[in-house]
Amino acid sequence: MRNAYIDALYELAGKDERVLALVADNGAIVYDKFRAAYPGRFINFGIAEANMIGVAAGLASCGKVPFTYTIASFLTMRAFEQIRNDVCMQRMNVKLVGIGAGFVYSNLGATHHATIDMSIMRALPGMTVFSPSGPLEARKITKEAARIDGPVYIRLSVGGSPEIYEADYEFETGKGVILRDGPETVDAAIFTTGGIITEVLKAHGELRHMGINARVVNVHTIKPIDKDIIIASAAKTRVVITVEEHSIIGGLGSAVAEVIAENGIAARFKRIGLQGVFAGGYGTYDDMKEMNGLSANAIVSETIDCVNMK
Amino acid sequence: MRDRPNLLNDKAEEIRRSIFKMICDGGGGHIPASLSIVEILVALYYEVLNVTPATICDPGRDRFILSKGHACVTLYAVLADLGFFDKSALDTFGRRGSILGGHPDMLKIPGVEASTGALGHGLPFGAGIAMAAKMDNRDFKVFVVMGDGECQEGSVWEAAMFAAQHRLDNLCVIIDYNRLQAMDELDKIVSVSPLADKWRAFGWQVKEADGHNIKKLVDLCTALPFQPKKPSMIIANTIKGKGVSFMENEPIWHYRMPNGQEMRVACNELGIDPK
Repeated sequence: MRNAYIDALYELAGKDERVLALVADNGAIVYDKFRAAYPGRFINFGIAEANMIGVAAGLASCGKVPFTYTIASFLTMRAFEQIRNDVCMQRMNVKLVGIGAGFVYSNLGATHHATIDMSIMRALPGMTVFSPSGPLEARKITKEAARIDGPVYIRLSVGGSPEIYEADYEFETGKGVILRDGPETVDAAIFTTGGIITEVLKAHGELRHMGINARVVNVHTIKPIDKDIIIASAAKTRVVITVEEHSIIGGLGSAVAEVIAENGIAARFKRIGLQGVFAGGYGTYDDMKEMNGLSANAIVSETIDCVNMK
Repeated sequence: MRDRPNLLNDKAEEIRRSIFKMICDGGGGHIPASLSIVEILVALYYEVLNVTPATICDPGRDRFILSKGHACVTLYAVLADLGFFDKSALDTFGRRGSILGGHPDMLKIPGVEASTGALGHGLPFGAGIAMAAKMDNRDFKVFVVMGDGECQEGSVWEAAMFAAQHRLDNLCVIIDYNRLQAMDELDKIVSVSPLADKWRAFGWQVKEADGHNIKKLVDLCTALPFQPKKPSMIIANTIKGKGVSFMENEPIWHYRMPNGQEMRVACNELGIDPK
């Protein structure tokens, strides 16, 4: 995902000289090509995220298009007031790209996990929030971010994340993508976002073996949320499940819940994600998924419970 | 006809009257912090800055950022006097429907470059503008007015290092060094002294001046950069509450409204017809 982003940024920079790459002491090696081609347009701020965002807003006020990049937890939280005041309040065309979505930096611990970033970015007036599922989507979203005139947050997993799409597809901001669907009837609609989609797809396969047909929707845009696909899917199945590598407070689950509640839809509803806690434990990324209730197995059993309660 | 320095001193007095009336009529505001920067803004806007109501969108204009946004009424009075917006707007300060609130909004007010209010934001923003000017080979200057208490914010020092690292000699910060913050004297809370030495140590070229002497401020602001390839800093020694005797150097007035008797004294001192 990271490499797809940086490749797309490199291409954007070639076409538009206003595009700048701003980092806060990270991106060694991966930015080499960008730095070599556009040395004056790559700025390393050192370990000073708040200053990076404040300066980015100043640059944007002069017509530049800064893509700021650092670890998602530091980017969104250390510099939050700069994002709110300097970028959003002043409607500056600054892009925020957070690396290390969820707990992908597994054994580095909770300081390095981004598990409330979607909640706080979504709350900001004027902010568009993207959560790509893999390399292809990260690339499309990066290009889309450049097209949008205003603040954008992109939540990236790490490099080496698998591709979930088998073929190219039409990307549209705020339009969910149905990745799997039942043959005729559907027992549950599962809305998910970001790198954890791979677990949801595994769970979908297992559920199908068990005779449970689930629709899987990739919600690559957390804000604006795709109301239509939520309303249509919920009305069809009456069992709605959200899966996010993030707190269940304020992120995808909350966004979907808001749409369901405000549209008078009666559905059995379950948010799978961190239940208001920091991600616990150390180990591999897969270990972390298991320990924090986000493995394919956990998603399968939660889905079965929900469907059976119907 | 009177000479220019005297005219500007008269202008400063006129701005003081405007500030006091605006806040008293508007029902609240930061009077002493606003009175503290009157000469600084008069020097900049009437003698230094290359910006007019006709050039507020010109990419080559000089930029002024009031990082201590709570002193915005001074900026409002100056901008209105210079015709950036209609003077009648000053009578609406702080009221429903007004473009003028207790902190400046760049989306609403012609001539305002930054929506400030939270402290420690103006310098990084200004440094970004200065950097864009360097990238585009433009020769305009960026002026940022900060409070001394504001230097307690960490983001100020992040930007201080950044500006020196990138040799932003088109950037000039003026610190309103009135030695008071909301609750008390800085030295009794968290001292920022030795202020000049701190900034020098961070790679800035620093000069000090009487912050109420317009001519001296103009002389400094038209001799920039103080040293090529270094950002410039003017430490303006000021009196918080300048012009209203009982407010001068008294921390209690930071965000307080005068009562009837106090109002009469202040109006008398500032030369306002008490009506």
